[in-house]
This record gives sequence, C-alpha cells and structure tokens, in this order.
Amino acid sequence: MDLSAISPTLLVASLMVAATPILLAAIGELVVEKSGVLNLGVEGMMITGAISGFAAAVLTGSPMIGFLCAALGGAALSVIFAIITQYFLSNQVATGLALTLFGLGLSAMLGQSYVGIKPPASVKLDLPLVSDIPVIGPILFSHDFTVYAALTLVTGVWWFLKYTRGGLILRAVGESHDAAHALGYKVVRVRILAIMFGGACAGLGGAALSLVRVPQWTEGMTAGAGWIALAIVVFASWKPARVLLGAYLFGGVAVLQLNLQAAGVSIPVEYLSMSPYLITIVVLVVMSANRSKSALNAPAALGRVFHASR
Amino acid sequence: MKLKSILAGAALAMTAATGTLAETTKVGFVYVGPVGDGGWTYEHDKGREAVVAAFGDKVETMYVESVPEGPDAERVMTDMALKGADLIFTTSFGYMDQTINVAAKFPNVKFEHATGYKQSDNVSVYSARFYEGRAVQGHIAGHMTKSNIVGYIGSFPIPEVIRGINAAYIHAKEVNPDVQFKIIWAYTWFDPTKEADAAKVLIEQGADVVLQHTDSTAPQAAAQAAGNVITFGQASDMAAYGPKPRVSSIIDNWGPYYIARTQAVMDGTWASTSTWDGIGAGMVGIGEITSAVPAGVKASAEALRDSLADGSYHTFTGPLNKQDGSVWLKAGETAADYGDEGLASMGFYLEGLDSEVPN
Repeated sequence: MDLSAISPTLLVASLMVAATPILLAAIGELVVEKSGVLNLGVEGMMITGAISGFAAAVLTGSPMIGFLCAALGGAALSVIFAIITQYFLSNQVATGLALTLFGLGLSAMLGQSYVGIKPPASVKLDLPLVSDIPVIGPILFSHDFTVYAALTLVTGVWWFLKYTRGGLILRAVGESHDAAHALGYKVVRVRILAIMFGGACAGLGGAALSLVRVPQWTEGMTAGAGWIALAIVVFASWKPARVLLGAYLFGGVAVLQLNLQAAGVSIPVEYLSMSPYLITIVVLVVMSANRSKSALNAPAALGRVFHASR
Repeated sequence: MKLKSILAGAALAMTAATGTLAETTKVGFVYVGPVGDGGWTYEHDKGREAVVAAFGDKVETMYVESVPEGPDAERVMTDMALKGADLIFTTSFGYMDQTINVAAKFPNVKFEHATGYKQSDNVSVYSARFYEGRAVQGHIAGHMTKSNIVGYIGSFPIPEVIRGINAAYIHAKEVNPDVQFKIIWAYTWFDPTKEADAAKVLIEQGADVVLQHTDSTAPQAAAQAAGNVITFGQASDMAAYGPKPRVSSIIDNWGPYYIARTQAVMDGTWASTSTWDGIGAGMVGIGEITSAVPAGVKASAEALRDSLADGSYHTFTGPLNKQDGSVWLKAGETAADYGDEGLASMGFYLEGLDSEVPN
C-alpha cells in the first residue's frame, strides 16, 4: 500500500472531468423538475446526445459541431416526451421510462457504424504559465472546455432561478400550475421549454462522455449516468450549488476507488462503488424525516398533470 | 386420399430440408463484445470470416454480439442450436458453465469454448498462450519505463489474466530490477469508460507504460492524450495507435483453428479436444515493434519471441518464487500446464508483485 502515490491535486482535477457528464445532465433535470415535470428519460436523452454528438464530430471533424448536435439530439428526444406529457397528458413516470428505453435502442441503432472509431480531439485549455502553477494550475486552468461550460451553466441556472423574472415564473409553474395559469402564465409553454432545456443539457452530458471523457462510442456507454443525475437532483434538494457538490461527490468516489486500487489498498472495490448510492439513501431518509422541510424543497406540482379546465 | 398426399408432401419437404441441411454446415459464434471493439471480439470475427472465405457456400455462419456472461448466454446458445447450428464457438471465459449446460441438452451439436477448462463429449476447449506475448511485452516495458512504474489494467482475476500479469512482471524485472507494477481490476472485458478512467489513474500515479487485458482501444486513446506513455495492442493489433503510444501488440489468430474445426465437423471426425497453442503454432502473434522502441530493445524482444516460438525457452522457467516467498519452480524447472500449481489454474502472484489477488 502506498497512498503517497495518490496526488490530491490530480485527484481533484480528474474528478472534475469525471463528474462533468452527470453534472450537465443533473443541472438540466433540475430546471425540468423546478417547472413541475418529472422526466425519467435522462439516461435515454444522454445516450442519444452521446451518439448524435459523436457522429456529427466524426463526420464534420469539428468537436464544436458535435456538441451542438448532441444538444439538439437530446432536445429532439425530449420534445417527444414534452408532446406526450403536456398535450396528451400522459403519466410522466411511465413516459420517462419509455423515453430511456427508446433512447438506448435508438442510439444503439444509430451508432452501429461508429464503434471503434476515433473522434477528433476537443479543445483543451492550456494557458502558458497559468496552467503550470502548482496545485491551482491543474485543478483550475487545464481542463477541457466542457468542464468550464458545465460550471458556467450551473452558475447561470442558479442566477436565472434566483434573480430573474423568468426564473420566478418557472418556479411558480412548478409550485402551483393552477395559480400560475390563473395569473395568465402559459404553463404548458414554460414546461415544454424547460423540458427541451433539460434534454439539451442531457445531450451535452452524453457528448462530454463520448467526445471527451472516453473518447469513443459504445452501445450503452452512459451505463446509468442518467439515473445518477436524477438521484443527484433529489440529493441536492433542487438547489443548483448542491447539484455541483453531489456531482463532484459521485465523480470523486468513482475516481478514488480506481486510485486506491492502483495504490494497492485492499478494500473490496464494491464498497466504494456502493458508497455514493448509500449516501443518497441516507440523505433521502434525513430529508423525509422532517416532512415540513422536505415539502419546502420539492416543487409542489412535481409530476402532476396540468389540464387547463378554465 | 387427401391426407395421404399431404403426408407424402410433408415427407418430401422434410427430405428436401434435411438434404439442404446436410450440404451446408452451420457454425455459430457467441461474442462477449461488439465486433467493432477493435480487440478480442474483432479477432474472433475475423476468424469467422476466415471460415466463410475457406468454405464459401458450404458453410453458413451466424453470430450474436455483446452477449453478457451469465444466464443470457445460455439462451443465445440454445437459440443457435435450435436454429440448426452444427458447431458453436463460445468465445469468452465466462460462458464456461453455460456452454456445458447447453451442450448437455444438444448432444448432436458440437461446442467449442474459448479459454475455459471444462470439457465434455461434445465440448472442446481451446485457448492461446497469450502469456508468451505478455513476456515479450514485459521485456519491452522493463526497458522502456523511465519512472519504473508499469500500469496494468486487468479484467477479472481469473487464471488467464493472472498468468499474463506474472509473465509480464518477471520479464520486466529481469531487465529492470526496480520495476513496480500497479494493477487496476476493471471487472469488465469491454467498457471503454472504465478502461479510460483506469488508464488515466495509472498514468496520474506515475505509470509511463500501460498494459491492458481488456478489449477496447480506450486506454490507447488515454495514453495518447497523456503524451509520454506507451501501450500495447491487446488481442488485436490496434495499429491505428502506432507508432506511439502503441509500440507492439499481441494478436490473436483464430482463423486456422476455426477452419480446421469446421472441416472436422464436415468430415465427421470432430472429437472433443483441448487445444492450447502459442506463438510457435501461430495462434499468438506479436505485432510489429515500432520505431518508438530502440533498435537494441527491439532485437532482444524479437529474440525472446523467437525462443518462445521454437520452444527453446519457456515463459515460466525457474527459479521462481510465489509472492509469499515459497518456492514455485526450482532452477531450470518449467511450469506444468495442468495440476495443482499448473498454469491452467494459476491463482497466485509471483514474488515481487506487491498487491494482492482479489477474491
């Protein structure tokens, strides 16, 4: 056992990269749930984004077009969910699950000819001098741009929800769609936009996986990342800053268990792989122990079908 | 009258059907990964293509990709047998019990299980001595590493993988006594995400050589991104990543074996056998050693390869001790294939490796 081989600096730097896909998907889902919609199709939208982005990047040779197409692909899939749940008033849980299964199958079909291909390298920040500063350099200034994009997005969502009129309307729709409707806000329109934003974020998360973190395409490569993103939103009690914390915690454990193995620590890896989920369960128990407090956090209209009867 | 003619017609149709069946031999392949993995399954599929090329219309092949190691494999094999397969190759260690189970239900179908050790009347086993290739990799790795840290991505702690680690380690240590191996178990044969993460972690912990016993090219991509790291192609040449990071490779060559076994089924001479061939028989190939390796190292690596091929040197030649210091092989002794301490069931590390074999 040689724990000194694990460099904390590199550990932090690599957990940021490892957490980026789930962070992107989770911040998108947070906005969707804040508008009162529960979309369980994150996994499906992520993997659709992963293959759309990968295919576009390979075909055009440009990772930026790849990311754009990934966002479009994820959003396109979410439109199906939006139409079915908002116009046909279907059950959101069942529709979301169907969307995940559909996305997994669709991506496997689209990706058949892309297995084993190398995608073009994406842009990495490499500032002379600044990137070489010990500790701070590797952690803050030498990442792929998706890491910064995800952080910017989290800040943006926090600001939007807290300080803008649009954010207030979105939250109102999520808390009480009847009241928001009575005030003259377009509930369905707000929700569709939120769902599409969530889809685009999930798609970007998928592309962060297939174009940056791996970078390669394989069938089912998201391997449950979408579900982790859903868990993180609840874990974070619908607060953007806590989503960041949750994503880094999950990413950190994933990276840490590999580091411990390489350093020769003989704890069975299964315990470490379990730990983030255990923490989620504990947090959920703690949250629901105090009903009044948890009711404050969760959007009141979450998962409820809205039908404008008047 | 009517019934009679129907029966006659049915009988005729059946003779016609069995007639065509006898002409074409159906060969099934069960794959653990996608054929496009660029590694293990890709090479098995090249073996399948070799069978098609050799027999043309006389064979009909079928395959199923990405079959999980577990109960689902049994379903796939049963399905192939019901579709009339005469010979089925199950190409991963984890299909061992499933192959034996399904074979018991279809005594007329021949089965060939790769890298396992359970045989029966209609189940043959076959494998390649990949550890001979690992010896060559270890030799190059020992010479090339500057940090004296070699990273190793293992799949599952099974004898085949442990043999590979031991073979690579003793040959690296032979040329570089200070070399240290860091081992990460990915617990998968094919998961580019996990393999890439594992490679990155090894590189962060100082490894400048990464060996992999998993099937995707993701570790190669990670090494390329990191810069000054070398890797070896696994199961397939992975030449797209040469001349650096990929400096050489182990190439599995299944084609000749698959053709011979299909021929045996056609001739009716197929019998349950156990085949374990290495570099000498051509089942294991060493991919071109690229210009990133100094000429002297390349020459000694090729000499090692040739001595393994002609049988003048055995990968595991004593004196060799187990990790706990007890004697495994005395000076000059070579490892037996089978038996309690034989290679086929090797479950221990050799002296000098400082991690533990997981349970």
